[in-house]
Amino acid sequence: MSMSAVERLGSATLRHVEYVGGLAIQFRNALGSLLPTLPLIGNRNRWRSAVGQMLVVGVDAVPMVAIMAVCAGFILAMQGASELRRFGAMEFVIDLVTIGFTRELGPLLTAVAVSGRSGSAFSAEIGSMVVTEEIDALRTMGIDPTEFVLAPKFLAAMIMLPCLTIVSNACGILAGGLFMRISTGMSLGVYLEHAVHSMMLRDVMTGLVKSLAFATIIVHVGCLEGFRVRGGPDAVGRSATAAVVKSTFLVILADVGFTAIFYLTGAN
Amino acid sequence: MAGAPEATGTGPVISARDVVVSYNGRRVLDGINLDVARGETMVLLGGSGSGKSTLLRQIIALEQPYSGQIFVNGVDLAKCTPKHLKKLRRSIGVAFQDGALFDSMSLEDNIALPLRELTRLPESTIRLMTWMKLAVVGLADYGKLSPRELSGGMRKRAAVARALSLDPEILVFDEPSAGLDPIVAAELDSLILGLKRAFNMTVVVVTHEMSSAFRIADRMAMLYKGSLIAVGAKEELQRSHNPYIRQFFDGIPDPIADSTAIDGHIQSYLKGGSL
Repeated sequence: MSMSAVERLGSATLRHVEYVGGLAIQFRNALGSLLPTLPLIGNRNRWRSAVGQMLVVGVDAVPMVAIMAVCAGFILAMQGASELRRFGAMEFVIDLVTIGFTRELGPLLTAVAVSGRSGSAFSAEIGSMVVTEEIDALRTMGIDPTEFVLAPKFLAAMIMLPCLTIVSNACGILAGGLFMRISTGMSLGVYLEHAVHSMMLRDVMTGLVKSLAFATIIVHVGCLEGFRVRGGPDAVGRSATAAVVKSTFLVILADVGFTAIFYLTGAN
Repeated sequence: MAGAPEATGTGPVISARDVVVSYNGRRVLDGINLDVARGETMVLLGGSGSGKSTLLRQIIALEQPYSGQIFVNGVDLAKCTPKHLKKLRRSIGVAFQDGALFDSMSLEDNIALPLRELTRLPESTIRLMTWMKLAVVGLADYGKLSPRELSGGMRKRAAVARALSLDPEILVFDEPSAGLDPIVAAELDSLILGLKRAFNMTVVVVTHEMSSAFRIADRMAMLYKGSLIAVGAKEELQRSHNPYIRQFFDGIPDPIADSTAIDGHIQSYLKGGSL
């Protein structure tokens, strides 16, 4: 009995190590494929495909990311205010919302939204290409599927996730301003002046660095799940679910790591 | 031959030597030895699960055998550098079972894809070549359509046009007649024969449709449970006394699937027993 538990633990460990290894290999191949995807120096078709992906991954996600950020900004402001009011420190709500969003909530909320929207779409798209032998067809034609399918998505996410994070930050902070206007009558101008004062360049930059890491996780988990589809349409559905679950989990895990590093190395 | 690696000239175009493929310890191919001569049509025959599609995947370098070697134009696929393999793949055109066309692109973009990706030809030349390939398979008027809008037979012909786009030396078909009515299947067989005559190609076809196999084959190879049980001219195989070949050619069911046995199962089910 105990032997089988050890065996189970061993096989689960091997499975996870193999998965992370698969992600690492795919990441290395994708880095090599990014150059041909760039404009001017790369393949024109690949860049065109990347722009198409930017629209889907980035532009189409703006309403969802904005609404989520506004809601989260309001929630954060209300929760903060209910405590800070007791100490007569309502103006600290501004710092709470500004720092909370630039450092943490902006990148994280954006990553969760994009993971749900695009991570699952990547795996479903690639998974159905595997099922219909389109990926095999690419390989037999001598076209690298990583370069053809993954690289444009990777480049698009690397560009659009930081942009969406900035949108999320702005919407969250504006929602805080709206709350302050309603609850204390503070004008938006004064609020923004305060907010800009409490905003640190370092916080914004660490948030954007995080969003790049999250983009990498979402694209690579989504695509790996797609490439590993075996079987029929039900496998495609399972891969889409797995892509969202695994990428959200890994995004939060990476966030802990990044936050710990930033905390230990300085100004937090 | 655009970018094809140097051919050896006289030897077989494709050679399999002691090819063994196993999945999870189960031998799917067990020591396959097969030569396909230049310019011939080789039909790989076998029932479901016999390993014929697996052998095809080895030949087109989608998988590597567990042991043994596959030579294409005298080049050992296992020893190819990725760059060399990429070149070698351009000498093999593959028409997949369901076409494997990209639904997000129009038919002509599908055919033009290998040319746009792998050559530096100007767009006007690519368009002309695409039109020519579509014309060869009789789809010149359908270039603007999406693959989704085509019938099964048209999709298969479109897949052939894409396989032809880089002027390959070897054309490979996976189940060309599967899912087609007899008339369309016969038309596709005529197309294969016509292409072979016109371009002097080596053709490898995987199928289990006997009528189609006899129409197009020069030689046939019969796979049974992962082993090659017969290779020869189609007339030789037709005269064979091997019990499995006879059963396969004559379409006789296995005893377990025998109709009286099935009747028995159904009767016992109807009487309230279990199957």
